Parts: sequence; structure tokens; C-alpha cells
Amino acid sequence: MATKQTRALARTMMAPAVIVLFIWMIVPLVMTLWFSFQNYSLINPMMTGFAGWANYVYVIGDPSFTQSLINTLLLVGGVLLITVIGGTFLALLLDQPIWGQGILRIIVISPFFVMPPVAALIWKNGFMHPGYGMLGHLWKFFGLQPVDWFNQYPLFSVIVIVAWQWLPFATLILLTALQSLSEEQREASEMDGANAVNRFRYIILPHMARAITIVILIQTIFLLGIFAEIRVTTGGGPGYASTNIAFLVFRTGILSNDIGAGSAGGVVAVIIANVVAIFLMRAVGKNLDA
Amino acid sequence: MGSITLEHVNKSFGEVEIIPDISLDIEDGEFVVFVGPSGCGKSTLLRLIAGLEDTTSGKILLDGQDVTDAPPARRGLAMVFQSYALYPHMSVRDNIAFPLKMAKMPQAEIDKKVDYAARTLNLGSYLDRRPRALSGGQRQRVAIGRAIVREPKAFLFDEPLSNLDAALRVNMRLEITELHQQLKTTMIYVTHDQVEAMTMADRIVVLNAGNVEQFGSPLDLYKKPANRFVAGFIGSPKMNFVDGPEAAKHNAHSIGVRPEHFKLSTTEGAWKGTVGVAEQLGSDTFLHVQTDGLGLMTIRTDGDQTFSHGDVVYLTPDPTRIYKFDAAGKAL
Repeated sequence: MATKQTRALARTMMAPAVIVLFIWMIVPLVMTLWFSFQNYSLINPMMTGFAGWANYVYVIGDPSFTQSLINTLLLVGGVLLITVIGGTFLALLLDQPIWGQGILRIIVISPFFVMPPVAALIWKNGFMHPGYGMLGHLWKFFGLQPVDWFNQYPLFSVIVIVAWQWLPFATLILLTALQSLSEEQREASEMDGANAVNRFRYIILPHMARAITIVILIQTIFLLGIFAEIRVTTGGGPGYASTNIAFLVFRTGILSNDIGAGSAGGVVAVIIANVVAIFLMRAVGKNLDA
Repeated sequence: MGSITLEHVNKSFGEVEIIPDISLDIEDGEFVVFVGPSGCGKSTLLRLIAGLEDTTSGKILLDGQDVTDAPPARRGLAMVFQSYALYPHMSVRDNIAFPLKMAKMPQAEIDKKVDYAARTLNLGSYLDRRPRALSGGQRQRVAIGRAIVREPKAFLFDEPLSNLDAALRVNMRLEITELHQQLKTTMIYVTHDQVEAMTMADRIVVLNAGNVEQFGSPLDLYKKPANRFVAGFIGSPKMNFVDGPEAAKHNAHSIGVRPEHFKLSTTEGAWKGTVGVAEQLGSDTFLHVQTDGLGLMTIRTDGDQTFSHGDVVYLTPDPTRIYKFDAAGKAL
């Protein structure tokens, strides 16, 4: 244990960093809170002053809010479902000894290195465009009417793009977990007469539980704030069909130039993120106890 | 029933030949120990029998049936691993029940068998704990429990005691031997510790560089070692070897004398030497004697005699217990 002197020294040395980080966080938060109670619209600059709860009532009362909330949950849930199941499957495959394993793993992980707007553009123009996207050509090859993904299935399309980006992350974490399973345990279960399915169910899956928890927690934090993919592809539409909370804040604050209402939406988003985080920690966090 | 026969078994990993050619006959109910220095292929041989490795060539027969290509689960053998390989997320009860559950046995029967195993191994009060909460010896017992509930044709032990402390090792050694007396099932036990081999085995297989050096009862190996390697490996402390003119006197390339087969005297004898280190164990004393021209020798004497560093002693080997070896190391 540290002595009194070293503890005091450590506190002094760490203080500048902690103070800067604290200011960095608290100033924008307080400003957002302040704006959210102000009449502050760029379209109507003459109207200023305290607004009370009007901004909150305006944001939450609008039907677009409920839809955005549902969309956010669908987006997070859908991507989690695809990445955790797909990631487990890919990790199991990549754990097999095969020729060119190193290169293959890098290729599998590469989508994670593509910036979100770029990834979205690749999918938008390269795959999902009904006129010249690959999927459009595929549909035409089979004599089918090409699907206009972003108009017919806007939220689903966004989920596919985001899942494509996050699948490598899940795969990577789950693969490391898989590799840490002791060979003797695997062999013991083989001797005990467990076939491949039972080995997966009783030995491998429980071993990976903690890694899966981590994947779910980390991804949820990032997925709540998905923005670039929506901005580049559907622009939140048609209507509000692919607008999540983060994008709703953007639409209200920036597109509609209503800084007050936008800030109110931002504060609501922060609260929702915290509520989700608490629920998640309750639900899956017990896996993290050693 | 559980007789195990190996016919010209060969195992290579790529270019490296681990086991050139081994044939063995292990009878039903026997306790056989594979012993040898590390890297001699004893664990590989066990894993071949278990089915965790494929043979490169040769046949493995279980009760006369060819199981060379059968998967581990089909062979009806149970294995206890060095690291115990318990399933950390299952309770002790579930660990022991796992093989039965995989065999789709009805729950009532599983409970009966688990309780029986728990009673046999004194695990009753730990059944609902996780392996993490157990000590090394208890974990070892759970691993054995998981093996016995299946009533296998034979048990395979892969250095099961090497992770335990010395006192516990002696205890578990007794327990495993006792278990063998109760169950009368074939057991194959791999160890690098010749004391474990000597004390537990009905018959010992001494392995060196993938070859069987000798296969026989512990006392056979001690009294009639087939070659210099077995002579040096079996017995503690190690046998003393002498080469050159002194050996030529006995018409051999080299001769060996066990530490306990010397007559020790302070006045006269065949070989003169100076005492180096004297290890006093109470019951015995091991003297490390630097002899003139014959090198360092270990002598076992009773604990009452005290010697100190630098004492001059004379050693006389018991003439009826001198082992003779030819140039190739074979016993004469």
C-alpha cells in the first residue's frame, strides 16, 4: 500500500488532468442544460428568455420522439443480435487451424477500420442502390425487381450497415475468449462423451459468457449514438422511419435551427442512455463478477 | 473388462517421430504405470490410448476390439488430467454428472451414481460448490469422481498428482491405490516420478525416447533392470555407475551399484573416498562421496552414523549386487 506521502503526491500530480477532464465534461453539459430551458431558435432570434419546460414538452410530445425511441431500441437490439450471433459463429470458424489464418483474421477485422461515413457510402452506392448497386444487379440476374432498400426498408438497411461494421469487433473479442479455453477442458468434455453441439452448449458458451457481456455493453454504448450512417444514407427518412434519438437531436437542433429544443432532446438522450446502461448492467453485469 | 493391447503403434508429429514402435499388453484389472523422463512420449502414448491423438500407424485394441479410429467418447475410457480440467462454471455435482448427462441417463439414476461417487471420495459436503472454491486435493478428487461415475473400461491418469504439494501427493497416492483395490478396473497412470511408479504399480513401463526400455513388476525392475537406463531411472537415490578399468575387472563395460548396497568403513575397503555433502534424513543418511579416480558416489547409510565434510571413508560394494552392463548399456 502507498504511504501517505506518495498518495498526496499522486493526487497533486493527477489533479491537472482530472480538473481539465472535469471542465471538459461539465461545461458542455451545463450549457446544454441552460439552452434547453431557453427560447433559442435561429429562425426567430427575437424570441429569447426563459422557456420553462416548453422545449421538453415540444420534443417529447411530438410523435417523432416515440418513433425515434423505438427506432433506437430496434437499431441497438438488431445490431447486437446480428453481431453477437454472427460473431460467435465467425469466431468458432476462425478458431479452426487453417492455412493463411493470420491473413484471414486481418481481412475479417478490416471493416472495423473503415470510417462510418465511408462504410455507409460503400453500402449505399456499391450494394444497395437499386440502379447500379451489386444487390440490384443480383436481383435483376434472377429476374426480380431490384429493391430500393433505403426507401422500402430504411431502418433494416441501416441495421445491416452498422452490423457489418461492428461484426469484426464482436468476432475479435469472442475469438480471444474462445482461444483462452483450456485445451484440457475441451478434451475432458470429449472424453465425457459430449458431441460438438453439447460441447458448444455446456463448455464453450458458458466460457464465453463474460466476453459476450463485454461485447454487449461496449456496443450498446456506441450504438445508442449512431449518426453518420443515417446521415449519409437515409437522412433519417422516409419521414422519421430511420431516425434515432441522436439523429432527432440533430434534426431539431441543426436542421430546424431550434437550439433550445435540440438541447432538450440532447438532455433526454443522455437520460435514456443512462437508463439503458443501468438496465444492462443489472441484466448482464452479473457475468462480470469474478 | 478392460484389457488394452497396442500393436506396433507409431506416432509422428510431422517429421518428428515421438513413438517409433511400441507393442504392449495390458491385462484387465491391472494398474500399469508409464514412467520416464520428460519428453519420453509417455503422455503421448496415453493420449493415443485415450483417442485424443491419432496413431500414425499401428493398432490399438480394447478388449480385443480394434478402436484405433474410434473417437474418444466411443472407447469407454475415462481420463484424469494434470490440470484436473474441471468445468469452472458448473458445481461439483454437475461436473461429476456431466458424462452421465451426455450419455442421456435418467436423472434419478444420475443422482444415485453421483451420490455414490461423492461418498466413495468424501465429497459429500462440497457437492454444491464450484471447483474454484476447492483445494487442489479436492479438485483432484472431483476429477476422479467424474471419471468413476461412468464405470469406464479403464482409467487413464495423466500426471494427476504433479500439481499437489508433497504431503497431499502421498495421501492421494494411497487413495488412488485404494480405489484400484476397490474397483478392480484397469488403470494406466503416467508419471515422471519413479517413487509413484514403484509404490502404485502392478507393472511398470519404463519409457525412454519413445521406446519401451522394460515392462515388468516394480521389484523386477529394481532387481533385474534390463539395461543401464532402467537401472539408473528406478531407485532413489540413483544407482552409481563406474566405467573403465574398475568395470573391466568384472568383465563389463560399466558396472552399477545402488547406494544401499555398499559396506561403509572408516578403516578399510575397496574404494577410498572423501565425504562431501551428508544429507541427513533422520531414518537414513545420504553421503555424497568423492572417490579417488571413480567420481562422485551416493551412499545410503542408516541415520545413526554421522559423518562430516572431509571425512575419509572406504566403500565396498556388495559383490552379489553389482549390476554389469555391456558397451550398448544392456545388462549382462
